[in-house]
Amino acid sequence: MADIIRENLNPDGIDRRGFLKCMAWVGTGTLCVMQGGVLSSYALGSVNKNQMKKLKGAFSFVQISDSHIGFNKAANPDVTATLREAIAKINALPERPQFVLHTGDLTQLSLADEFDTLEQSLKTVETGGIFYVPGEHDVLNDNGKQYLERYGKGTKGSGWYSFDKNGVHFIGLVNVLNLKAGGLGSLGTEQLSWLRNDVSHLKSSTPIVVFAHIPLWSVYPAWGWGTDDSEQALGYLKRFGSVTVLNGHIHQTMQKVEGNVTFHTAMSTAFPQPAPGAAASPGPMTVPADRLRSVLGIRDVRFVRGQQTLATVDSTLADSTDNKGGNQ
Amino acid sequence: MGVAYTKISAEAQQSATATEQTVTIDNFSFTPREITVAAGTKVTWVNRDDVPHTVVGNKKEFGSKALDTDDRFSFTFDKPGSYEYFCSVHPMMTARVIVKP
Repeated sequence: MADIIRENLNPDGIDRRGFLKCMAWVGTGTLCVMQGGVLSSYALGSVNKNQMKKLKGAFSFVQISDSHIGFNKAANPDVTATLREAIAKINALPERPQFVLHTGDLTQLSLADEFDTLEQSLKTVETGGIFYVPGEHDVLNDNGKQYLERYGKGTKGSGWYSFDKNGVHFIGLVNVLNLKAGGLGSLGTEQLSWLRNDVSHLKSSTPIVVFAHIPLWSVYPAWGWGTDDSEQALGYLKRFGSVTVLNGHIHQTMQKVEGNVTFHTAMSTAFPQPAPGAAASPGPMTVPADRLRSVLGIRDVRFVRGQQTLATVDSTLADSTDNKGGNQ
Repeated sequence: MGVAYTKISAEAQQSATATEQTVTIDNFSFTPREITVAAGTKVTWVNRDDVPHTVVGNKKEFGSKALDTDDRFSFTFDKPGSYEYFCSVHPMMTARVIVKP
C-alpha cells in the first residue's frame, strides 16, 4: 500500500505531509521516489515487482557509515560481524551497485589493525569501487596521516576530492580535522576555495552529490551535530537544480529538504545513537540484543533515468533481503 | 550574591591547597567543568565514556593522545593562570583549569 502524496505545494515536489510520512518509516526501511513531481513513499516490504521495475534507473550506489571497527562495548560487542551482515545485504541487492560510499568512522581508534580488518571485510563487497571520507575516529593522534596513506590517493588537502559518474558530480569532503574549541565540524578555508573552484565549470543542471562524515546541516549543535562553515559550502551549490547531501556520524537516519538540497544521514553498521536530546549525551546507545539489527543498516541510492532526483532506500540489517520484512 | 561569592572563594581555597586533582570525562563532558588548583598541582583526567576523547589546551599548552575508556592523562600545572581546554575530537566539550600562585 503505497502512499502517494497528491498535494504538491513546493517546487521541490515534497509537501510536509509526505515528508512526515517518509520520516515515520525511517529506520524500518523506506523508499521515497519522485515521479512526475509527486513524491511517493513506500514501506520497503510493500514495493511490488512492477514498482521496482519503474525504479530501475541509470545506476545505483550504496552508502554505508560508522563501522567503528575496534569498538567492543555493550552497545555492540562484535562490530565486525554486523559490518559483514551489512556487506551481505549489499551483495544481495537485486542490482549490483556501481560503487559504495563509506562516510567515515571506519575505525574506533585509528589503529592499524582496525583499518586492516575493515579493508579485509570490504574486499568482499561486490561492487565497482569504494570511496571514503574520514570520520573523527579515523584521524586520532596523527591528524589523519595514516588515513591519507591508505585512502588519500588522488585526493587534495586532508583527503577531499570529486569525481563524475553517469553525469552526476560527486564531492567527498573532510570536516573532522582542525576542530576549534567550542566549535562543530569544520571544512576550513582551503577546502572551501577548492570546492568553489571544483564546481565553477559545471552546468547548473548537473546533479550534485556531496558526502562527508559530520552532517552539513545543523542537526543538533549541542551535541556537535553540525558543521561550522557548511553554509558557505552550500552557498557554492545554490545554483544547482539537484543537490543531495549524504552524511553519517549520528548513527540514525534523518532527512531534510531545503530548496533544491536534500540532506540525509545514514545508519551505522556498528551501534545506534540516541535521537537528538533524548539522552544525557550522544554516546553509543545499548538496545536489547534482539533489536540491535533493526537499528543498523545500509542505504541504497538509485538515480532514475530522466529525473533529477534520486530514490533512497534505507534498509536495516533486520529487514529480510527479499524486501518482504520491511515495515513493522 | 554575597553568599554565592563566599562559597566559590571557599571552594577555591580548598582546592588550591590540593596537590592532585582528578577530572572525570563522562557523558561527553568534563566534570568538574572548572577547577581551581595551586601551582604545582598534578591534574589527572579519566575517560569514563565508551568513546575516545582528548584533553587539549586551547593554546596547545598541554595535550593528550586519544584516551580510550578508562585511560588517563596527567599534567602538572606549574605556572599560574587560566587554562581553557577542550576535546579535539568533540570540540563542544570545553572546560577550564585555574592555577593560583
